[in-house]
Amino acid sequence: MARYLVRRVLWALFLFLAVTVVTYVIFFVTPADPARLAAGQGATPEQVQEVAEKLHLNDPLWKQYGLFLKQLVVEQSLGESFVNRRDVNDIVLAAAPVTASLVFGGAVFWLLLSLPVGIISAIRPRSLIDRAGMVFVLVGVSAHPVWIGLIFAYFFGYKWGLTPITGYCDFINPSLGAQCGGPVQWAYHMILPWLTFMILFAALYVRLIRANVMETMNEDYVRTARAKGAPEGQVMRSHILRNSLLPVITILGMDIGLALGGAIFTESIYSLPGLGRQILVSYENFDLPVILGITVFATVCIIVFNLVVDIVYAWFDPRIRLS
Amino acid sequence: MSDDLLVVEHLQKYFPITEGIIFQKQVAAVQAVDDVSFTIGRGETLGVVGESGCGKSTMARCIARLLDPTGGKIIFDGVDITNLSRAEMRPVRREMMMVFQDPYASLNARKRVGFIVGEPLEVHGIGTDTERKRRVQELLEIVGLNPEHYNRFPHEFSGGQRQRIGVARALAANPKLIICDEPVSALDVSVQAQILNLLKDLQREFGLTYLFIAHDLNVVRHISDRVLVMYLGKVAEVGKGRALYDEPKHPYTGALLSAVPIPNPQLGRSRKAIVLEGDVPSPMNPPAGCRFHPRCPRHREGTCDVEEPALRSFGDGHEAACHFPLERWPMTVEDVRRPSDAVVAS
Amino acid sequence: MALLEVRDLRTSFKTDDGIVQAVDGVSFTVDRNQTLGIVGESGCGKSVTSLTIMGLNNPRNATSSGQAMFDGEDLLAASQDRLRELRGQKIAMIFQDPMTSLNPVKSLGWQLSEAVLLHNDVSKKEARDRAVTALGEVGIPKPGKRVDDYPHQFSGGMRQRVMIAMALINEPDLLIADEPTTALDVTTQAQILELMRRLQAKHGTAIIMITHDLGVIAEVADDVVVMYAGRAIEEAPVDQIYAAPRHPYTWGLLGSLPRMDVDTDRLVQVPGQPPSLLNPPAGCRFNPRCTYTMDRCRVEMPELAASPASAGHRDACFLDEATKSREPGRLLAGSGMGAG
Repeated sequence: MARYLVRRVLWALFLFLAVTVVTYVIFFVTPADPARLAAGQGATPEQVQEVAEKLHLNDPLWKQYGLFLKQLVVEQSLGESFVNRRDVNDIVLAAAPVTASLVFGGAVFWLLLSLPVGIISAIRPRSLIDRAGMVFVLVGVSAHPVWIGLIFAYFFGYKWGLTPITGYCDFINPSLGAQCGGPVQWAYHMILPWLTFMILFAALYVRLIRANVMETMNEDYVRTARAKGAPEGQVMRSHILRNSLLPVITILGMDIGLALGGAIFTESIYSLPGLGRQILVSYENFDLPVILGITVFATVCIIVFNLVVDIVYAWFDPRIRLS
Repeated sequence: MSDDLLVVEHLQKYFPITEGIIFQKQVAAVQAVDDVSFTIGRGETLGVVGESGCGKSTMARCIARLLDPTGGKIIFDGVDITNLSRAEMRPVRREMMMVFQDPYASLNARKRVGFIVGEPLEVHGIGTDTERKRRVQELLEIVGLNPEHYNRFPHEFSGGQRQRIGVARALAANPKLIICDEPVSALDVSVQAQILNLLKDLQREFGLTYLFIAHDLNVVRHISDRVLVMYLGKVAEVGKGRALYDEPKHPYTGALLSAVPIPNPQLGRSRKAIVLEGDVPSPMNPPAGCRFHPRCPRHREGTCDVEEPALRSFGDGHEAACHFPLERWPMTVEDVRRPSDAVVAS
Repeated sequence: MALLEVRDLRTSFKTDDGIVQAVDGVSFTVDRNQTLGIVGESGCGKSVTSLTIMGLNNPRNATSSGQAMFDGEDLLAASQDRLRELRGQKIAMIFQDPMTSLNPVKSLGWQLSEAVLLHNDVSKKEARDRAVTALGEVGIPKPGKRVDDYPHQFSGGMRQRVMIAMALINEPDLLIADEPTTALDVTTQAQILELMRRLQAKHGTAIIMITHDLGVIAEVADDVVVMYAGRAIEEAPVDQIYAAPRHPYTWGLLGSLPRMDVDTDRLVQVPGQPPSLLNPPAGCRFNPRCTYTMDRCRVEMPELAASPASAGHRDACFLDEATKSREPGRLLAGSGMGAG
């Protein structure tokens, strides 16, 4: 197992470098004039030149990338925003908790829904729950999060006034001038976003869990367990679930990693100041350092989560752990 | 030598095992087939028998050039085909066809039977469309199927019928050699008999040569003229069917023969079975010297675990690779050199 | 009283295409210290018979009727709870494929202990000790160390030994073995059959051996039931099945065996293939493939009837006595079978 892990970590490092190179090259190739953007609207050509020099924008690509990498590794800095000169680090770190709240909270909800529905659908195929579950899957997979968000916001928020429609409240430290803060307010404002965000994933996971459990139920070793006289509950716990849910862990890690990169649709609808919203804003302004910074952050999240999931999987499956 | 359709000399197939974190380096090899030599005469059936891991399937695939041998020579109909390129192998493949084990997996479920059986004709550019269709219908009839089922799909047939389709496909281009890789193992006994009878009839009618691989010693005995016993990638014994089964020389052959249950309660009960100890070792790390020595009831320390035995001739093409070949059959207690519970009186 | 007495067992399955009558009226008995062989080809219902006795069919689509009297208690009428009590303790079962019959993510010790703890009120340590003993009894070397290993670290033959250990750990009265050696090499098969014989002698277990291999049957069975298309078509002590078979299907089965001790040019062929159980043929199920079919066979279903020569030998066939005595000798000439 140690060799397996070492290989995964090395691969992760390699991936990180590869992604940053590709991202950097893309931005290098885009037909924008970062110097002009950085210099601002009313800058003179000389000022633009000055900015270009300062930001090393006339250097060859590899040198620029090298500087970027150095800045990242040595100073742990992602640069400064073109728009407001804020440290990109700060921007990312301010937006990340919002996205994290959304994604992790959403994950808890989608698991709470999909696990029971998926398992029951597999145990009792063609029952009422199974059919209802399949309809839910169809709707959840087909409906766009934006549409779902708008519908929810309209009914729950506007018409029935049950929850707030937009805005985010800090969990712990409300910033100056914020209108709300503290855990209760935080959860209250997150309810609709969580519901919206989780629907698609819940649908996918119901389908996945149902398929996995159904397949495992037909395995020979499940029949052996029953032949030993094990009650159904124990068969389910010790034999079926352990084996069928292991692959779900892998996919869960991947999905969370991806979502941390920016749950764009949900954040937009509910005006949550998370990474997704931030990156949209930065696109509009062509704020390259921020775009690059968020991309790097998202990449790191995905790589780290995949690595964690691989480790967990390898640990739980003795066939990998002991090789 | 012109009587021999297939000559295999010192065939070797090793599968490399690589290790390494970033750069893969070969650290060991699975010695699947190690120095196997034999010949098959025209019109003859050579049965190859052995247990799992003995390398018989790998050997068959090397001969058919579905795998590339790592050493040795394969001479088919006088031509050395060991290192031929894919393009050069093409005309050879017309003469050498294969029938596979799994009647459910070896036919493309999405193609009609007519297409499947006619594909070899098409691939080798034999005949026009009409001629091909006629030939396919002829083949279906030869193997005992209804030629009007030309347009059906494989799933509409039973296992035995699908295997007949496989045989028809193998016959299509009039090959000289048919390699049968466990063709009846997945079939019920009554269907197995149909296919074995069919194969024998076809051999008589078309002068075919068979390389017949199986793990069932009864089946191999029934259909083969000569039999080759493999163990862990090597040839243990080879000889004419009757000689080998009536007077085996290699202790492994003896163990195999005595382990096969006989459908005769009285005979079975009076037989002394040699029950071997342990499992077949892994071909990655074969034992030193004679590969069979750790399980052999006749092994003698100092010889068997040190020196690999060469194939010794016992006359009339009967050869065995053993330092202490069996002197009589069935084995008696005196024939066991190593005291252990390896010989059991049942 | 027999340990297990099965009377008129029937099981059908509801499928999308209709009702499949997998077992249609099977009866037999098994005694302690005795091995009953159930032999037949794929689709004959031999596996379903054993699963029905154990109550392991899917209740959603399987319906069974008849009786399976185990030590005086009808298993088919028993509650699921009662069946669970019996399974693994009084009646144990081992299956065909040892590679997939063990849970890959639990250690052997855990799985063997599970078998013990389900039926015995003992500590985990005690259960584990029993597991180690059981592994030793089936010939696993260094059982104390290997008890913590996982299935994937064992070969097929070893895994089947583990399955046997797990089945016999609570010393059941009856062991049902469903094709236990089909997936194994012939030398490994010999080891496993030898092991089963030894354990039977030691514990006095009754064994039902289900297989399609007539060689294995000859070696281990005391009595034999031959099944075809869901019905038992012949029953006899093992010697008589081979020496004087009375049903044309049995003749076909025996004659189609290639033999290494006898030279045969052509094997007896049973034409056609086993019937679909969705729409079985009318009358005797074997009649479309039988070379001795009479008009009566296409209409009436033959029942098992004792042979005049021996009461323990029954067959379900309308052929006359003369044919039944003569044909096996003729068909199986030279094979050492059918000679009476």
